Amino acid sequence: MPLSNEFIQTRLQEKFGDSVSAFEQPYGMLSFEAPHEMNLKVMQYLYDAEDLKFRFLTDLCAVHYPDQPGRELAVVYHLHNLTDNIRIRFRVHVSIEKPDVFTATNLFSAANWMERETYDFFGVNFIGHPNLKRILNVDEMDYFPMRKEFPLEDQVRLDKDDEMFGRGGSIN
Amino acid sequence: MIMQEHQHHIKLPEGSIEKQTTTLNLGPTHPATHGVFQNILELDGERIVSAEQTVGYIHRAFEKLAERRPLYQITTLTDRMNYCSSPINNMGWHMTCEKLLQVKTPKRVDYLRIIIMELARISDHLICNSIVGVDSGAYTGFLYVMQYRELIYEIYEEICGSRLTTNIGRIGGFERNFTAVAFEKLEKFLREYPKVLKEFNNLFMRNRIFMERLQGTGGISAERALNYGFTGPNLRAAGVDYDVRVHTPYCSYEDFDFIVPVGNTGDNYDKFLVRDEEMWQSLSIIEQAYRKVQEFKGADADVYHADVPEYYLPDKKDVYTKMEALIWHFKIVMGETAIPVGQVYHSVEGANGELGFYLISDGGRTPYRLHFRRPCFIYYQAYDELTKGSMLSDAIITMSSLNLIAGEMDA
Repeated sequence: MPLSNEFIQTRLQEKFGDSVSAFEQPYGMLSFEAPHEMNLKVMQYLYDAEDLKFRFLTDLCAVHYPDQPGRELAVVYHLHNLTDNIRIRFRVHVSIEKPDVFTATNLFSAANWMERETYDFFGVNFIGHPNLKRILNVDEMDYFPMRKEFPLEDQVRLDKDDEMFGRGGSIN
Repeated sequence: MIMQEHQHHIKLPEGSIEKQTTTLNLGPTHPATHGVFQNILELDGERIVSAEQTVGYIHRAFEKLAERRPLYQITTLTDRMNYCSSPINNMGWHMTCEKLLQVKTPKRVDYLRIIIMELARISDHLICNSIVGVDSGAYTGFLYVMQYRELIYEIYEEICGSRLTTNIGRIGGFERNFTAVAFEKLEKFLREYPKVLKEFNNLFMRNRIFMERLQGTGGISAERALNYGFTGPNLRAAGVDYDVRVHTPYCSYEDFDFIVPVGNTGDNYDKFLVRDEEMWQSLSIIEQAYRKVQEFKGADADVYHADVPEYYLPDKKDVYTKMEALIWHFKIVMGETAIPVGQVYHSVEGANGELGFYLISDGGRTPYRLHFRRPCFIYYQAYDELTKGSMLSDAIITMSSLNLIAGEMDA
């Protein structure tokens, strides 16, 4: 039977019950959420189930929502079923005080560097990652640049005149 | 960047003559690494025991920059990712925005976009294949095909003004119609290039030295390649026929007839052959698209963008004379247009694989979050596995046949 978003949603709800939530289909892609301690269980189920077969990790990234206390950092996984050509998006939220997520490297080797990049920019700690260190930024950096509180520009530059750049002196 | 402070416990291979491994630092500035990325190799004699990659030398914070720029200004960031085929990045970004904004482009625009994207694919594969030749010692091929890359750049220049980092197109179409000169140059390319590619093939494909250098090195099985997230020619060389143009057709690719070449073992020779055949297929797609474009007559032949005044800047002469155009211009530039709230993921078949854009919009002028799914970054992780046990010179060829573009790796 052709694989559809509704079928995937039904199977997930049968297996995980209320843990999986927030089902929606923006622009045709099924998106849902699960608690962060269950991320591997959900991905393993999607990988192993013969009628689901999500065996390709397209992308892994994070998003910072400073206005959602307790669930500020979201790790978003995009999975792809190549044989039936269906993609899904799956996200887990963690709080910024303790951003621990289990690593997906044992399931998908592609997750190795993608998780390092996510750690580098957002500070998400992937438990069990073989080599969790910064990848694109300098090792000495002690902050996480993609978080919303970090400004795009260096605040201590004295040579740029904001008036001339049409910003009127403030960064926004 | 601090050099490695500790050596992991490296297991020496059987039959090793030395009692320890040599650490060799390959890069970041090295004539054989095409771009800035570093490899710290542990060598046992001439065999590689392990390789650790360092990337990030050309990281330019594109994802952070994109959070501060309106959608039409992000195109210039996308140019600079895979700079060998920047039109594909630009078009991919425009299509992502069009998906978010639910803009439908007319067929003529789609066909013109396909011409530009396939020209970019030819340009990128030509660079990759000729560089593989250079790295195995044959410089002639690279220099000979350079003239035809120049012709491709001249075609871009006719349309958008720039040669390499093109910023070509707008959300909804192109900034101007293709001129007659652009079509003339395209016809010249279609006439002359097949002979050049044939000669390039004659130089390399059945050349015994080249074949012996490339066959059997840098191979990967299809299962491992899929697990590593490979896409593009590297995955197709390993035997999996995943091509986003066929799998999830975008931009009217379904109207075209082309085959997707697939290899066997994923070794360097297969990658060379897959890229070469893709260039022939791209040439065929361009010819089909050009014929289809020529079929548009009369007013249809002047269509070069979708009719979306909310997102497409009006002609300057209209802005100065008509009220509505002035209002649209003001709204677009000042960021008062209605961008829907939502999240969209769109991917295109870039020259290196599936180039994806994950855009989260909060209704404001700039994206809330934009993430680029960069194929080079994802498949470079496998380099350690690809080169374990091979000789140093094979590792260089493996690196160049993977087509690593530093701009795309680091973004």
